Amino acid sequence: MTITKIKKDHLRLIFDRLKDSYKLVGPRVENDVIVLTEMDFHDIPAGYKDLHGKGVYRLSGNKDSNTFSFSLGPDSFKRFLSPPVREIFAFKKSKKGISANVSSKEEKPTAFIGMRACDISALKLYDKVFLEGPVRDTGYDSLKRNSLIIAVNCLYPNGNCFCDSLGTGPEVRDGFDLAITEIQDSFLLETGSSKGSEILNGLTIEEVSDKEMDEKNSRTEDCKKTIKRHIKVNDLPWVIYRNPEHPRWTDVASRCLACGNCTQVCPTCFCNSSYDRLELSGISKKSREISGNKVRAWDSCFSKNFARVHGGNFRPSRRARYRHWMTHKLAYWIEQFGSPGCVGCGRCITWCPVGIDITEELEAIRK
Amino acid sequence: MKRPRIGVFKFTSCDGCQLSIMNLEEKFLDLLELFDIAYFRETTDRPLTGHFDISIVEGSISTAWQKNDIVDIRERSRYLITIGACATAGGLQALRNWGSITDYKNYIYPSPVIINVLSTSTPISEHVYVDYELWGCPINEKAFSETLISFLIGKKPGIPIYSLCMECKRMGLPCILVSKSEPCLGPVTRAGCGALCPYFQKPCYGCFGPKEDANIESLLKQFQNMGLTQKECILLLDKMNTYAYRKAKIERS
Repeated sequence: MTITKIKKDHLRLIFDRLKDSYKLVGPRVENDVIVLTEMDFHDIPAGYKDLHGKGVYRLSGNKDSNTFSFSLGPDSFKRFLSPPVREIFAFKKSKKGISANVSSKEEKPTAFIGMRACDISALKLYDKVFLEGPVRDTGYDSLKRNSLIIAVNCLYPNGNCFCDSLGTGPEVRDGFDLAITEIQDSFLLETGSSKGSEILNGLTIEEVSDKEMDEKNSRTEDCKKTIKRHIKVNDLPWVIYRNPEHPRWTDVASRCLACGNCTQVCPTCFCNSSYDRLELSGISKKSREISGNKVRAWDSCFSKNFARVHGGNFRPSRRARYRHWMTHKLAYWIEQFGSPGCVGCGRCITWCPVGIDITEELEAIRK
Repeated sequence: MKRPRIGVFKFTSCDGCQLSIMNLEEKFLDLLELFDIAYFRETTDRPLTGHFDISIVEGSISTAWQKNDIVDIRERSRYLITIGACATAGGLQALRNWGSITDYKNYIYPSPVIINVLSTSTPISEHVYVDYELWGCPINEKAFSETLISFLIGKKPGIPIYSLCMECKRMGLPCILVSKSEPCLGPVTRAGCGALCPYFQKPCYGCFGPKEDANIESLLKQFQNMGLTQKECILLLDKMNTYAYRKAKIERS
């Protein structure tokens, strides 16, 4: 891994270079929230600061001289690699039989701009679920395969970050094509793949001095030090398995709205359900034909229908659903995939309408 | 094969849900291919005769004779589906369930004596058995056609019972409750409208009624933390689905 630097105003050139062959997806301000959308260099919310509390988010501009002064919004890569609503195939049933057509569109691959360490860790978990399991998700594979990841090392954590406790951040270690670290006068660039080094071909890149390396390290250390929230993981998963009847589950169920927001913003929640989309025009009584589409959409274990099977529902109460969600994140995942399903991004805390805090709930269950 | 017979009926309501059916526009013609619309006062003069495979009912029960009419319609129908907030939850007119009918009559009408109504406005399901309920004020026409398709091919309608938040998040709309402290009813309201209000940065006011297992108490507590008074919180619930929200609030607490 080599580390070089570019002048601050040369960052634009990287964007210009990528634009031809990639769809650029990165942070942009929309209605006072930093969202992830298609964007360009001038959309970077430079100087913006985002305040995160329990169920509270506020954004303000012109607060900082750094370009990457902000932290995470509600969106993550999953919006693009496992789209919220996706058509899987079109089908037709007639007298002759049933036929299905997989719809595939040739699209530009995605370049993710400014992905943070926590999301990169989450992306690795997504790979485990969709690519390394017994069934390979071809849709995810085709979207992921040619994508490019331009990572950014966090300068400031937000009030709900706890990546440090899980070892998923704040420093980007691997899983990127190019990683940017912002220092006072320049951007330090680490290449993580051949695709990453190709981007730099022809740019005026400079050597990095020891002093600048020190600045990079001290900035990372400062970021780590300012992380306020922590989660204890050494007794997972057993602390949860031992407490299925803890009174705290009832307490959290009285606050939980079971709205599903936490699962929708979580970068590792991967649950989907699929259904048939039919139109009135797709049904013909005369020729006895039915045609429609199989659609896949994000689902959530907080929805009551999620655990409904023939003959009943095995998680009918909010208490059971919250317990299941947290137990899956912090316990079952370890057995299923070898690590907790939480990367400490804190999105579920910020975007919970009533501010339920997973770190606090785990601590309460320990008592 | 014979086309299934449909009847569209109306009680106390604004006709908006029936208009939603007509808003299917060219798809309405597809509907006519598949179904025989045997009774639909909003569109045809065909008289009320015989039995129906599906009866679609709009409006709430708010007079004595409506109580008899709905029983008659039920007896003529194989399936009965209610459409809209009035038929499913009593509608805006159910506000009178929390007050005195004499007071309301005196406020509104120049000669209150001629108004001959019940003291309550109630959903159809409190009077006869209802096979399926479509929420919304007005209903979503896609959900309507989905329901009819489901009848035709014998599947369960794929209509969400989860919260509006799920729809908002799928659409990538930033949460205004969290980012602007707007008192949005999204977390306790059914999805299905396509997040119309949040799309325009306006808080949800609950056209689609309470979602399954809605924890209204907890959301209202959060609104109070944001600075709303208890009375303002209750007023948020008191719109077209007031009867359903208040019932859900009482049942859960």
